[in-house]
Amino acid sequence: MGPLAQPTGSQRTPEKTPTARLEMTGINVAFGGVLALTDVSVTVEPGQVHGLIGPNGAGKTTLFNVACGLVRPTSGRIVWRGEEMRRLKPSKLTSLGIARTLQGVGLFPGMTVLENVMVGAHRHARAGFASALFALPTSDKDERLLRERAMRALTELNAAHYAGRYPGSLPYPVQKRVALARALVAEPELLLLDEPASGLSEDEMHELGELIRSVVGRMSVLLVEHHMDLVMRVCDRITVLDSGKQIAAGTPAEVQADPAVTEAYLGDAVDSETDAAELTHAEGGRPHA
Amino acid sequence: MSDLQSPASTGTAGKASDDAPVKATAGGDAPSGPATSGRSFLPQSTLLRHLLVLAVCAVLAVVILEITSPFQNSQLATLTYYAIAAGGLTVLTGMNGQISLGHGALMAAGAYTTALFLDAEEPLPLPVILLAAVVVATAIGALVGVAAARLHGPYLAGATLALAVGLPGLAIYFHDVFGGEQGLRVRAPQSPEWFDGFIDAVSGNSASSTKWLAYVGAICLLITYFFLANLIRSRIGRTWRAVRDQEVAAELAGINLGAWRVLAFVVSAAAAGLAGGVLAIVVRLAAPSGFTIVLSLALLTAIVIGGLGSLVGALLGSALLVFLPPFVTNLGGDFGLSQTEAAQLAPFVYGVVLIVVMIFVPAGFVGTIRLRWMTRKAKRAMAQAGADGASSRG
Repeated sequence: MGPLAQPTGSQRTPEKTPTARLEMTGINVAFGGVLALTDVSVTVEPGQVHGLIGPNGAGKTTLFNVACGLVRPTSGRIVWRGEEMRRLKPSKLTSLGIARTLQGVGLFPGMTVLENVMVGAHRHARAGFASALFALPTSDKDERLLRERAMRALTELNAAHYAGRYPGSLPYPVQKRVALARALVAEPELLLLDEPASGLSEDEMHELGELIRSVVGRMSVLLVEHHMDLVMRVCDRITVLDSGKQIAAGTPAEVQADPAVTEAYLGDAVDSETDAAELTHAEGGRPHA
Repeated sequence: MSDLQSPASTGTAGKASDDAPVKATAGGDAPSGPATSGRSFLPQSTLLRHLLVLAVCAVLAVVILEITSPFQNSQLATLTYYAIAAGGLTVLTGMNGQISLGHGALMAAGAYTTALFLDAEEPLPLPVILLAAVVVATAIGALVGVAAARLHGPYLAGATLALAVGLPGLAIYFHDVFGGEQGLRVRAPQSPEWFDGFIDAVSGNSASSTKWLAYVGAICLLITYFFLANLIRSRIGRTWRAVRDQEVAAELAGINLGAWRVLAFVVSAAAAGLAGGVLAIVVRLAAPSGFTIVLSLALLTAIVIGGLGSLVGALLGSALLVFLPPFVTNLGGDFGLSQTEAAQLAPFVYGVVLIVVMIFVPAGFVGTIRLRWMTRKAKRAMAQAGADGASSRG
């Protein structure tokens, strides 16, 4: 979405059906001699939420990093918007329409919430160095547009009243919302969420789920998450990894019914009838803010 | 003398106080633009606002220079070049989190350029010469910055230290051009006629050469701080701070870390070049002994004491640098110390001041004041939010 896709007043960008598809086929990743991923294929369809789950060390984060070009696969193809993705610098991601949140929050502590989100809108900035040096009106206008953009994102996430505060003084869930606003303000076509629910309460997780569903009108989402109930509720498709291998893929219902999945999570001693949704397991520990 | 609204960031200094790192960092930074509208009687336009402050500061500068003695004029001229360099370093260290021990060498580049140009049979106009000093220092800064962008913390300090030690050495090696240890004598530029008329009209003082140099310094200082304040208040300043605070998040927001680091280095090098040019004409000498590592360290201590990331802080720190040693020396003389003993007292007191500041106000003068203010504002906001409850939303 270019700079012209800019709504005035309303907080929602005019619905533009997402068309970009991320295809990862036959991905192999080896770190030294260790195989982190073996022949994994994931396709994130336009406008869908794709969940990536698996026990610790399954390779979720590695695949996630492959998806955004931070880790170069040993072999395999990544096609984004119909073009094969080459090795790229993280700073090029947003210009390709990919936004990513960090595990934890990763906000800038020395900047207000509003400024944090304005940094996220970096790719929409037009005024250059010279206009800033001379404080030209173009610089002021550019700043105003960025500020409005940031305020819209904050309003959408119900965090507008924190705009003037510093992240360190805010509760952890609010910080997570701000971090999400910072990713959304770039108006990506693909949003990569790295454990967005960690440290959230049940209610907050529910809100997050609704929020994710509300943005898929505009973008597709690739989600790494430990909380099974959230994953099962919001995802259109799910890929399950275990020890770097893809052990199941499909709709939430299909994945839940797959005995291989429960086995991977709890070992073969467990009754395969066990509902995967009940496996909201140990990982939920609140990371320090 | 600078824009009083210029944001002060104490990112690095804030981290030094372990008990309240978040608060300290947060307190140091002012938003890059008016976060919330209202309460401001100043113009909306950044340019008008900064020009207004610039005009006020210009008047202040004239008043200060006219009510002080010729000796104090020369001290103030010294202050201007320290403050110009410290302002540039504020951008690099305060806003962008890079440490440079090589700014003395960049000042040397500006000083030697100025000296060589003024030595010509028919010297170019002074503004052109100072601009040339800026250009030369900027070019060197760009070269160093490209190399430095890959380095961090102590490694960067080490690399820039090499610059500080090595560059003055060039002056000795190429002694035919640069005059070796003796350095180059600088022909002091003559004051133009309009200046004599101006001083006569304002105060009736005699428009001495010293006064003209102090005015040149003050004009350069005001122009430098005007531009730096513009940058700090804009997206450029915000992006620098983002790179300083959280590299990974900044990168994911589409910021090319290396390019922005180089930019900060280049901007601060430009300021150092101008400072060097002013130094050359004020001291009337460009010699290697004037640009030792001590100069680079003095600049760093100035911005740390004043408050990292704040232009006002850089100015205050520079003032301390210039006025404290003679003050202490005089005081020592009054207490019956010999000339030598009194002179030796100055560095000692300077060290003590530095230690006391680091212990009691680690965010520097300006940073601490800003921190107090921000904390009070946050408390008030918290109380407000508590009272209003949900109605404060939106």
